Amino acid sequence: MNAEVFIAISAVSFLMMIILAVMAVRSKDLIKAAVLLAGLSLVASFVFVLLRAPDVAMAEASIGSALTAIILVYAIRKTERYEEGHRGGDRK
Amino acid sequence: MMERSTLQRSLPALAIALLFAATVFVAFMEIDFGEARVDDEGSVAGDYIRNGTNQTGSANLVTSVVVNYRGFDTLGEVTVLFLAATGVGALLSFIRKDDEKEPGKKIEPSFILNRGAGLVLPLILLFGVYIFLHGHLSPGGGFQGGVIIASGMLLYYIANPGKRGAHRAFSILESSAGLAFIGLGIVGLMGASKIFLANDHADIGEVGMLLSAGMLPLIYISIGLKVGAEMTGLVERMRGEAS
Amino acid sequence: MNGAGLVFYGGILLLIAIGIWGILSRRNLIKVIMAIAIIETGVNLLLVSVGYISGRSAPIVEGDTGIGLVPEGQVVDPIPQALVLTAIVIGLATTAMALVAAVGYYRKHGTLELKSWSYGITGDREVKK
Repeated sequence: MNAEVFIAISAVSFLMMIILAVMAVRSKDLIKAAVLLAGLSLVASFVFVLLRAPDVAMAEASIGSALTAIILVYAIRKTERYEEGHRGGDRK
Repeated sequence: MMERSTLQRSLPALAIALLFAATVFVAFMEIDFGEARVDDEGSVAGDYIRNGTNQTGSANLVTSVVVNYRGFDTLGEVTVLFLAATGVGALLSFIRKDDEKEPGKKIEPSFILNRGAGLVLPLILLFGVYIFLHGHLSPGGGFQGGVIIASGMLLYYIANPGKRGAHRAFSILESSAGLAFIGLGIVGLMGASKIFLANDHADIGEVGMLLSAGMLPLIYISIGLKVGAEMTGLVERMRGEAS
Repeated sequence: MNGAGLVFYGGILLLIAIGIWGILSRRNLIKVIMAIAIIETGVNLLLVSVGYISGRSAPIVEGDTGIGLVPEGQVVDPIPQALVLTAIVIGLATTAMALVAAVGYYRKHGTLELKSWSYGITGDREVKK
C-alpha cells in the first residue's frame, strides 16, 4: 500500500482507539468498560499488523482481548458492577 | 458531600495528561518515523538481521531474538510470570475464606455454548500447539500459543461450570515445563560455547523445516506449555467458586 | 517529522494521555487499573512504532521468495518486537495481581472507592472515611 493509504488507515484506527479509550474511562458500568478495553486491544492488534509486527499482533489480540477482559470480568463479579453514583443503567 | 464532582476533577487531570503527552511528543519529534536506523554502522539489530537466520536456523527473526540472542530477557519474563501466578494464588487463598459466605449465582451455560464448546475446543487446543510448535517458521511462538491454549481451556471451564479446575495437574505441568526451560539453558551452558541457552547441541538443520533451528523449538515448546498451564491456572483461580 | 510520524506518535501519545487522565480523575479502583492497562497498550504501540521502517516487511525470512537467507535491507527492526512481546505478557501478569489486590481491598473496606485517603492532585480537601 502506498503512503497515503497507510496514513489514512492508521489515522482511522487511532481515532477508533481514542474513542474507545475515552468511552471506557467515562463509563460507569465496569463490565461495559472491560468490553470496550477488549475492543481497544483488538484495534491495537490491527495497528501492530500495519506496523509489520505479526508476532506482537498475535500476542496483543489473544492476551489483550481475551485474557485481560476475562480477569477484569471475574474481578468485577467479585466486587461491584457499577461505579458509585449511578445505580443501574448507564446514561453517560 | 464536599468532594468536587467528577467533572471538576476531570479538567485539571486532563490538562496534566495532555501536558505530559505534549512534552513527550516534543522529544519524539527528533525520531523520524519509518527511518532505517538498522542500516547504520554497528547497529545491533542490523547484525541480528544479517546473521540471524544463518546462525540460529530460525526463519522467524523475532523468535531468534527472543530465545537465542536475548534469552536472558526471556528467562526474566518466565520468572516474572511464575511469580505473578504464585502471587495471585497466594493472595486469593486469603480472600477465599470470605468467599464461602457468599456463594454467588450459578449461571447455567446455554445449549449453544455447551455443544459448541465441545466442538471447537479440540481445534483451539490444536491451533495453540501448532502455533508454539512452529514458532521458528511463522509468526507466533511459545507465548502466543500458550495463551491460545489457556483461552481454549477457559472456554471449557465456562461451558462446564460444575467441573472444578485440575489445579494440581496444571501446577505440575507448569513447574516441569519451567524446569525444562532452565534445563535447556544449563545444557547450553555446559556445551562448547558456555553460554546460557546456546544452540550447539542439536542440529541446526535446514531452514524452513519443522525439525530445524537446533534447540529453539524445544525451548519454545517448554515455554508454550508453561505459559498455557500458568494462564489456565491463573484464570481458574480468579474465577473462584461461582461459575 | 513526517506526516506518518505525526499521526502515529501523536495518536499513541494521545492514547497514553487518556490513560493518565483516567488514573488521575477516577476514584474507582478497578477503573484505575483499567486506565493503567490503557497506558500499557499505548506504550507497547509506541515501542513497536519506533522500530518500523517504511517500505520493508515483517521480520520473517521466506526461503523461496528470493530474499535468500540474509534479508538485509528488507525487514523491519526485530528487537522492539521481541521486547514488546515480553512486555505484553508481563502486563497481563501485573494486571492480574493488581485486580486480586483490588478484590482484597474491597473485602476489607467494603467499597472500591478511593475516598478515604485521597488527597488527590485535584485537591479534595475533605478526607472521608
